[in-house]
Amino acid sequence: MSDPSLAVPDVASVPAPGSLRRLLRNPLGVAAIGWLALVLVSALLASWLSPYDPDEPAARDILAGPGSAHLLGADGSGRDILSRLLHASQISVAGAALTLLVAAVIGIGAGLLAGYYGGWTETAGTWVASLIMALPGIVALLAVRAVVGPSLWTTMAIFGVLLSPAFYRVVHAAVSGVRNELYVDAARVSGLSDPRIIGRHVLTVVRAPAIILAAGVGSAAIALQSGITFLGLGDPSVPTWGGMLNDAFANIYTAPVALAWPSLAIGVTCVALTLLSNALRDALERTAEPAPTRHDADDEHAAPPAPSGGEALLEVRDLVVAYRRPDGSARRVVDEVSLSVREGEVHGLVGESGSGKTQTAFSILRLLPAGARTSGSIVFDGTELTGLPAKRLTRLRGDAIAYIPQEPMSNLDPSFTVGSQLVEPIRTHRGYGRAQARARALELLDRVGIPDPERTFRAYPHEISGGMAQRVLIAGAVACEPKLLIADEPTTALDVTVQAEVLDLLRDLRDDLGMGVLLVTHDFGVVADLCDRVSVMRHGRVVETGPVDALFAAPQHPYTRALFDAVIATGEPAGSPQDGADA
Amino acid sequence: MNEPLLQVRDLVVEYPVKGLRRPPFRALHGVGLDVDAGETVGLVGESGSGKTTFGRAVLGLAPVTSGSIRFRGREISRLSRSARRGLAAQIQVVFQDPYTSLNPSLVIERTLVEPLLARRVPADEARRRVRDLLDQVHLPADAGRRLPREFSGGQRQRIAIARALALSPALIVCDEPVSALDLSTQARVLSLFREIQERTGVAYLFVSHDLAVVRHLSHRVAVMRAGEIVESGEVRQVTDHPQHPYTQKLFLAAPLPDPQAQRERREARRRLRAETA
Repeated sequence: MSDPSLAVPDVASVPAPGSLRRLLRNPLGVAAIGWLALVLVSALLASWLSPYDPDEPAARDILAGPGSAHLLGADGSGRDILSRLLHASQISVAGAALTLLVAAVIGIGAGLLAGYYGGWTETAGTWVASLIMALPGIVALLAVRAVVGPSLWTTMAIFGVLLSPAFYRVVHAAVSGVRNELYVDAARVSGLSDPRIIGRHVLTVVRAPAIILAAGVGSAAIALQSGITFLGLGDPSVPTWGGMLNDAFANIYTAPVALAWPSLAIGVTCVALTLLSNALRDALERTAEPAPTRHDADDEHAAPPAPSGGEALLEVRDLVVAYRRPDGSARRVVDEVSLSVREGEVHGLVGESGSGKTQTAFSILRLLPAGARTSGSIVFDGTELTGLPAKRLTRLRGDAIAYIPQEPMSNLDPSFTVGSQLVEPIRTHRGYGRAQARARALELLDRVGIPDPERTFRAYPHEISGGMAQRVLIAGAVACEPKLLIADEPTTALDVTVQAEVLDLLRDLRDDLGMGVLLVTHDFGVVADLCDRVSVMRHGRVVETGPVDALFAAPQHPYTRALFDAVIATGEPAGSPQDGADA
Repeated sequence: MNEPLLQVRDLVVEYPVKGLRRPPFRALHGVGLDVDAGETVGLVGESGSGKTTFGRAVLGLAPVTSGSIRFRGREISRLSRSARRGLAAQIQVVFQDPYTSLNPSLVIERTLVEPLLARRVPADEARRRVRDLLDQVHLPADAGRRLPREFSGGQRQRIAIARALALSPALIVCDEPVSALDLSTQARVLSLFREIQERTGVAYLFVSHDLAVVRHLSHRVAVMRAGEIVESGEVRQVTDHPQHPYTQKLFLAAPLPDPQAQRERREARRRLRAETA
């Protein structure tokens, strides 16, 4: 960890490439934008581009094929297909835009209100949204048309209302996720008004999903509009893609080619909108990769391995764990670490976040994420663990080597009882029968100080407290009387009073079973309480190692001394008598 | 003795429980506490003790069922949203989690400038003040142009402190502001808190589960358990000679970073347990 008050973070200050640039690098996105721009331009310039009046029939041109007079041919009334197509795109684009506008205004507005304020607005909003979604869209549109007449605009606006739940759901989900974020609380405490908080902090969350959804809704609007006008339910006096399709369909045997033009216009536009929506999603929702933290090649060297009495249970030599960076170079998170744990000894591995202490523990258990490269030697009880076949290692883990995690709750499966999670490993490793394993589990629960083992045995993980859950995991870990216990911050998630009891329990178990313990922690108090030996880690290296009493009495390495200086537990309290005037 | 800056009396906070006719959950059972101008009051407790709820009630973020919260003599527990906004300049907050208390998609300057702009400070003036604030919390001057994810936990907490200081408040509620930080970072952030108090005379209500941290920074300490304050007083009185059995248990449970002293403390805790059992 670099000194936050002095060091300027070594993150390149180049801004992440803009979403627009990412969008333009996507060939499908560019093609989609190109087509949509073409449609838009031809809609805007239809009156100038059209060679003929789109509504002017010419009896001699009825069903004329494509040629010099009519580029795309003429329809069943002798009207120029190209001119009609251009004018129809006006209606299609405007109609889709109207649908989109209505859906977005209603859906996003209601979603923001319901998501931000919760309570009755949320109940009402979700009810109405569900109700609208339950309505069969086409039937509702037909009913509306029967009442208000064949206006395309009314139809599209109503369709917008029918689609608004899509926006509502997305926005509501995003906003209610943000509502309880601390930065929204902080903004409230800063005295910002609700509209300001929504505008500044909430809309930014909604922006990306809403834009993506808009492209999809636009495509649906064009498809539905074409469907309705194809069925002849639109306004017959204006040219539309669906209306043209209808006309061409009537003459499908005499002029089949005429069918192709409106079909292409509808199909390609819908496909382009869908592709645009995908490209937008890729561009907007891809979070920037975290900048790799630089590993300073400083002049620290691993402390020479302390001479260990011959009967070391675990002997780690020159362990290296490295991960590949995006640029191909390797980042060492554990750098030539050596340590040993003897039988009946608690070895503390202490360091700040990012020091590599958990990575060291995990590499002994071979629990590192894929992509990690390790080298060095790990000898446990006379067996070299590196290169051991996975099958044999699995047999060791949970039997001779046990593990206690930091978060007790997330390490118990919520859908099984505590008892079944204890019994299963005992049966696997010890080959016990059901009743025998159950008796052993109850005995273990009693041993770890659980007041009513029977009840806890039948309980589900959510029914027990965090301290109890950690005791259950400890019971599971010592079930097969392991020789080595690896505990990764076993008390960090617990209250101090519970922590003290769990530390007592670990000490008792160590005494009873004579097992070696590798304890990963950041807390010097825990080290002082439980450990016999301690290794201090920084930037992946062990900077100092030694017996606890000696190391605490006279830390040698400057980093260890700096850490001890940062400990405030033994300092003088703030309220010294001379500034008692305000007390 | 003048009237305290913050005076809380018989504060009760209840949260509704889902389900018909279920009684609400009572998080605070009539809690009283004073904070004077310029002092730090530490509020210690384990998870579920109600210490965070107390802080949120003072900030107007938790529903007050009964009791009173007076700030400079004015009742603030049942203010409307707009009246509450007027109080923002006076009572501020630093939250525990430096990762979720900053909007990830806004650059630091935008987050810091916002409360100033809301009070109609001209934009130029506001930006100048923000640079000044970043300097006060020892962050580089160009920090304002970067996004929260470019900062470490300790640096983010400095930004959160800068945000709290922006409106020059009289009281800052600190909800576990250093528990997510590494040991050495923790010490530096705590000394920043102290430095700011010496310079500006701001008062802190310092909520924490960590006795060492509270002892390090507070003038007075209150110990909470199950929604009640079991003991309160001067920091030396409470931390060196705790009276209530729970306070004694709490203090003896915290391990000391010294093997010899910790062995003695462990023995003392065993004796206490034997006595109370």
